[in-house]
Amino acid sequence: MKDKKEFTAIIAIIIAGIFLPSLMPVYRVQLSELWIFMVFASTWNIQGGKMGYNTFGNILFFGLGMYICASTQISYAFDLAEWTAAGGVKTFVHTVKQYFIGLPLGLLLAGIIPALIAGFLGSLILGLRGHYFAIGTLGIGIAAGEFATSVSIWGGGQGMTVPVWPKVDGQDLEILGGGMNFFYYLSFVLFIITFFVLRWLFSTRFGLILTAIRDNEDKAEAMGVPTMRYKVSGWVVSAFFMGIAGGIYGNINGYIEPTEVAFAGATFGVYMVLMTILGGKGTLWGPIIGALIFQVFKEFFWTFFLGWQLVALGFLIVIIVTFFPEGIMGWLRNNKPEWFGEVIDHKARLAQVKINTDD
Amino acid sequence: MILIQAPFLNLQALLDGLMVGSIFALVAYGMALVWGVMNIINVAQGEYVILGGYITFAVYKLGIHPIYGMPFSFLFLFILGYILYRIIVFRVVDKDMFISILATFGISIMIQQFMNMIFGSQVETALTGFGTIFLFDHNITLALVKVFSFVVSIIGAIAVIYFMKISKLGRAIRATAQNARAARILGVDTEKVYAYTYAINAGLCGLAGSLVAMTYTLHPYIGLPYTVRSFMIVIIAGLGNIPGVLASGLGLGALEEFSAYLIGQEFRIGFIFSLLVIILVYRSKKLAKKREYLK
Amino acid sequence: MTNILEVKNVSKFFGGVRANEDISLSIKQGSIVALIGPNGSGKTTLFNSIVGTHPIDTGSIKFEGKELSKMLVHEIPPLGLLRTFQQTKIYGQMSCMMNMKISKKVSNNYFKMFDTLPKELDDEAELILSFVGLYEKRNLRAGELSFGQQKLLELAMALMNEPKMLMLDEPTAGINPTLINGIINRLIKINEKYNITLFVIEHNMRVVMNLAEHIFCMAHGKMLADGKPEEIKNDKRVIDAYLGAH
Repeated sequence: MKDKKEFTAIIAIIIAGIFLPSLMPVYRVQLSELWIFMVFASTWNIQGGKMGYNTFGNILFFGLGMYICASTQISYAFDLAEWTAAGGVKTFVHTVKQYFIGLPLGLLLAGIIPALIAGFLGSLILGLRGHYFAIGTLGIGIAAGEFATSVSIWGGGQGMTVPVWPKVDGQDLEILGGGMNFFYYLSFVLFIITFFVLRWLFSTRFGLILTAIRDNEDKAEAMGVPTMRYKVSGWVVSAFFMGIAGGIYGNINGYIEPTEVAFAGATFGVYMVLMTILGGKGTLWGPIIGALIFQVFKEFFWTFFLGWQLVALGFLIVIIVTFFPEGIMGWLRNNKPEWFGEVIDHKARLAQVKINTDD
Repeated sequence: MILIQAPFLNLQALLDGLMVGSIFALVAYGMALVWGVMNIINVAQGEYVILGGYITFAVYKLGIHPIYGMPFSFLFLFILGYILYRIIVFRVVDKDMFISILATFGISIMIQQFMNMIFGSQVETALTGFGTIFLFDHNITLALVKVFSFVVSIIGAIAVIYFMKISKLGRAIRATAQNARAARILGVDTEKVYAYTYAINAGLCGLAGSLVAMTYTLHPYIGLPYTVRSFMIVIIAGLGNIPGVLASGLGLGALEEFSAYLIGQEFRIGFIFSLLVIILVYRSKKLAKKREYLK
Repeated sequence: MTNILEVKNVSKFFGGVRANEDISLSIKQGSIVALIGPNGSGKTTLFNSIVGTHPIDTGSIKFEGKELSKMLVHEIPPLGLLRTFQQTKIYGQMSCMMNMKISKKVSNNYFKMFDTLPKELDDEAELILSFVGLYEKRNLRAGELSFGQQKLLELAMALMNEPKMLMLDEPTAGINPTLINGIINRLIKINEKYNITLFVIEHNMRVVMNLAEHIFCMAHGKMLADGKPEEIKNDKRVIDAYLGAH
């Protein structure tokens, strides 16, 4: 039952992902954001949901990836300092070749460098537990934004612009329907890859140990599990995908600003937590459902509640966290356990312990 | 090094630091109170401070001298804290701490936005006109409003601590903090205790905010640094350690001022958050040697 | 017969409290040894000292000749030494089967983390769960088991990890008295069939007398006496320690 439902859902997503931009071209940016949000929530889920380590700092990798990708794209063809000093007065245009070498290189570095940083930082920070970890990572997330404001080669507080989509003979390059479409599909593909990687990961011993760490980290250690290794590896995976997501998002947004766009702790950093809880943390599909509902809802609020969005966000956080901490998947699990292959066996509950001493 | 070559700079930083630190200490004491009694980290702490500041600012805007705003700030936040507890916070008190962190975080966002909408996003101060005195041949400036804040903070802290020791409610709060179940059995209405504790904390933040409005500046989004400062102070000093909380508050203030001189005011916030991480990592590494971890 | 565990002059102080003072003992490989003593005598602290839950202040602890005192908690089970807890520790949100499957001993190779759990693991888990009598409850969430049932689960999980020596902290506490004979039977079987050395903290004297080949008695953080069950039963110091302890 579960596998068939899952299969249908995956096919539905793939079809939707491929065809939606043609059906709703106006919403291409929001749709790209949707896939990026799904990456946010799914990767946050590794720490927050599966492992029980609630982090407010994953935005660090997103922001780093954004800056690294853009810097690589730019410095491949031009001088980075000159570019940021020019402050958006676009006198630099990439050739097609430059663009399509700089971009994949940038995305690659956007994944790798944050992953390495996660490896290093993780060994320090992942020794913290519970609320100390949460607030400590909050510190990282915000400090990153503050310090980025003073990195002049990245444009400091003003930020920097991202390379423009290349033109051929004065017209935008027509691959896949232009820049907007191209990056839409890039974010969609990123999500699909992230999804399948996580799906695999959660089916391995790794995924189970993460849950064991959540349930009783002391027991896991007492059973010989080198927990730090798992914790850090999980963060490295999150960092990798978040970094690439950042690189893609920077290109979609057109410009990078340290605290509002890159290290957007107050918005994206919170969204990723909220979406996962809304959908149901600890499950594979929870973050996806949560991201979908959140993005749709957010766009709805945006158009109808201009000026009140953040109040609504705060309100939403309070409501979800207070009344629906298990999220949608949690609700489903309680009301339709068959969907999850969980059978409530009353016989098992009532069974007595029987030790057969004839063995 | 600049620190050694400029004794007056040091003294100035120290004095300024102690004076701002007294406000941090007041806010930290409130946070320790709520944390110790209800096991909640009130992420909205900083927003309560700033809101308290805006109340005093509003009083000032009405043409009244801002020091009369202090009781209003305290009272307004006290009542708001009580209401917020009764509507929202009570639902998350006995749950996972992360839930309460998120819930109070949601509250902080809402308050932030309301402040932004009502008061705008420019930086404000409620001017007291208290003047400045100069010491040591104009090498040290002592803004009298800072001295005033310092005195008020200390008096406020002492008043609350005394209240906790002497009054019936205070004793009920302390009993509940030690053992909620036992307190309930002995007839203490723990829900009431929680509500009043949360309200007192909010009130303290309001008072602190009033001082901030007069002495420093207000802005809708500078609440979080206050929250983080009080959290740091509490984890350095330890929950039950009242003199430690007050001392650490002063110490943090001094440290901030010194760092502002050394690396610049624009890095102040970055400094605070980095310091938080450094302290946490240091603490956890030290405990790891004993094969323990921060609880 | 070699000594699988050698504890020499181990002390552990918590501030002013002398939880363990100059404790020495050795356990022969393949034997069943009990650790008794009134509450507060430092038995669990000694267990904690041995498996590295906290560092010790003085002394040495050798398991199969390897020094344990400088090792971290997770480095010790791979050597073959496991302990269960007085206040049960299990993975509450996961099913008993899952609890078992994760407890399987695996190599320390980094890439082993990403192995899928083999199907054979299910069979092994079910076998051990029936051994301790929990087969019927194997798909329930571990958190839903009663305290005594959790103790059995902990035992089963430990067996899954292929230990050479098991340190059990009050294995029969909280277990239905009618099952205790079954537990004694299981423990003896584990010891005989799989040659697992057992070091057991117990308050139930009937269990101790029926199970142990050798007994160590602690009181006030010190080692009070040790010997065969018959000797200990009649040892005046032991009797005084229990009667006089408050």
